[in-house]
Amino acid sequence: MKRLLTGMVGAVVEARAELRIHRMRVLLSLVGVGVAVAALTSVVGLGAIAQQSTVESFERSGGRPATLSAQVYSETGQPIATDAVAAAVDVAVERYGIGHSSSSGSIQQRVQFADGVSGVNLQLVGVDYATIHRLVVTDGAWFADGDADRLAPALIVNEAFWQRLGSPDLRTHPTVRLAGADGATAVIIGISTGVYSDPLDPAAFMLREAHERIADPAQLAGAQLAWEFWVPEQSAEDLTMALKRDIAGSVGTDVTVDIYRSDFAAFNDGEDPLLPIKLIVLGVAVLILFLGALSLVNISLVTVRQRIREIGIRRSFGATAGRVFFAVMMESVVGTIVAGAIGVFIAVLVVENPQVQQLIAQGATDLPPFPIEAALIGLGASAAVGALAGLLPAIVAVRVRVIDAIRY
Amino acid sequence: MHGVPRRHRRVRRLTVPLLSLKGVTRSVRLPDASILDILKGVDLQVDVGDHVSIVGRSGSGKTTLLNMLGLLDSPTSGTIHFEDRLVSKLSSGARDRARGADIGFIFQQFNLLQGRTALENVMTPLLYATGRQFWRRSSIATEMLDRVGLADRMSSMPERLSGGEQQRVAIARALVRGPRLILADEPTGALDIETGATVMRVLDDVADESGAALITITHDANVAARARRHYRLDHGVLSPLDARTPLAAPTVGAVL
Repeated sequence: MKRLLTGMVGAVVEARAELRIHRMRVLLSLVGVGVAVAALTSVVGLGAIAQQSTVESFERSGGRPATLSAQVYSETGQPIATDAVAAAVDVAVERYGIGHSSSSGSIQQRVQFADGVSGVNLQLVGVDYATIHRLVVTDGAWFADGDADRLAPALIVNEAFWQRLGSPDLRTHPTVRLAGADGATAVIIGISTGVYSDPLDPAAFMLREAHERIADPAQLAGAQLAWEFWVPEQSAEDLTMALKRDIAGSVGTDVTVDIYRSDFAAFNDGEDPLLPIKLIVLGVAVLILFLGALSLVNISLVTVRQRIREIGIRRSFGATAGRVFFAVMMESVVGTIVAGAIGVFIAVLVVENPQVQQLIAQGATDLPPFPIEAALIGLGASAAVGALAGLLPAIVAVRVRVIDAIRY
Repeated sequence: MHGVPRRHRRVRRLTVPLLSLKGVTRSVRLPDASILDILKGVDLQVDVGDHVSIVGRSGSGKTTLLNMLGLLDSPTSGTIHFEDRLVSKLSSGARDRARGADIGFIFQQFNLLQGRTALENVMTPLLYATGRQFWRRSSIATEMLDRVGLADRMSSMPERLSGGEQQRVAIARALVRGPRLILADEPTGALDIETGATVMRVLDDVADESGAALITITHDANVAARARRHYRLDHGVLSPLDARTPLAAPTVGAVL
């Protein structure tokens, strides 16, 4: 035990002295490792951001996992009793304790702009829609529960819509006239990214209940009836069956209710749709690290040959083979871990740089913090590279013939 | 071994010789499959406080003998006892530790570690010690450098020291763990006569003070003359150099 402790401390002292004395060589050999680890960690870190950005863009279109989409349409062509369907949905939501649900149909709404009337894609949604689809409100606020009762319906528009109005300040409660629909006036309360529409086309969100109040019956009859439910992934399948049964059962036989999972996680038959990205990231990272390790092994092998005399001297003063092996390994590992830590630090600077994030993340809302696993992978990889790169020279060092090394 | 008070060790040494070689041979197989005998039946017994010199021409087997004495190599046949321990029975780790604790090497080319100060060089062997020697290595090494008269050169790098000073650092390093056997391989080979004499005086004094046995391998008749017993190594055969030394002396043997 005593020998183990002094052995450990002694090896650290030796390695430290070695690093101090051969500063230049060590520095040069570790630059490669530091750069490799910085690259590896950056790639893993940026990969996490890119992945989050991809996930969010999937979620924006299809909803978060697991989102169930319900489409309700008439078999006979007769108008559907919208209230009855909405009531059936509410009952089902209540019964199964579904936390987030929203209607999600859309219609074409004609809107009076300063330069004329244009058709606008109007999505009829619920309050929870923004949560389910991760919508970002860039200005103003999303709908609140009381907004359905406003006399002038609240409207959340996309950037194109807002610009077409002349980019009014939302604090002035800008309004817009909706053509048809008894010429109702809507108040714009927020600006948000659209979901399905082309970002260059004006589009808007309105609460479905608010729309029902202003819409004429003909327009209502043509409206697509759809709902979305955000449910736990493990119960998605059961709930799909249960919701379909409940809603269909309470709205009559001439109405068809179709429910399916619309989020990205359901598309690939359980396969991770992000797997290709992950594999590419991993491949690049491993390649970078391999190149860094190669240069390190190269330099360590050359230098251990130069150090054979010194190793011989140490052996003559009682350094055991194990101790010499450990010291050479240790030196390599300590060096690469320090280089790795610096590499990780550089990677953090790169990954957390706002410009880089903007470039990679492309509008992701929940940017992950610097992934701790990336830092750990970086440090772990640098230690592993150090151990591997130290192994060959350490074996050479142990095989030194002491007196020959010293005398010649 | 560690932790045994030095006084107790001495008592034991009175009964058992420090190092004893009996019929030691060493052969190597050459590439053409013939066998080359480097050492041929070497008998040597070294006691505590002994001072032995071995002279021999190049190729006489001095290096191989040094390997044997320093527990760095095993004989092809014959036995080596370090005190009462049969060296061939020791594990390589135990041999390394015994070497660290009990044997100090001094080389012709000094072999100081470059880039390290005199003090750090002297501290090096203590890195392989345990207990007090390890933890107090700095003060022990300082004291040792003081003893060889280099108190003012502690933080000098080897290349800033003269040859004589470097060899004194090497002596301090060889003696810092209080070895019981000092192996000096051509200790004055790289020094001028005067410096060599000074260094040998220091070595003798320090060895005497510590009670360690000293084996000097040398070409230099003056250096060899300082020893009490003299041997010649010739073609692998170790024989007493001085014909007047009785062959039947209990501590000396040379067998063909």
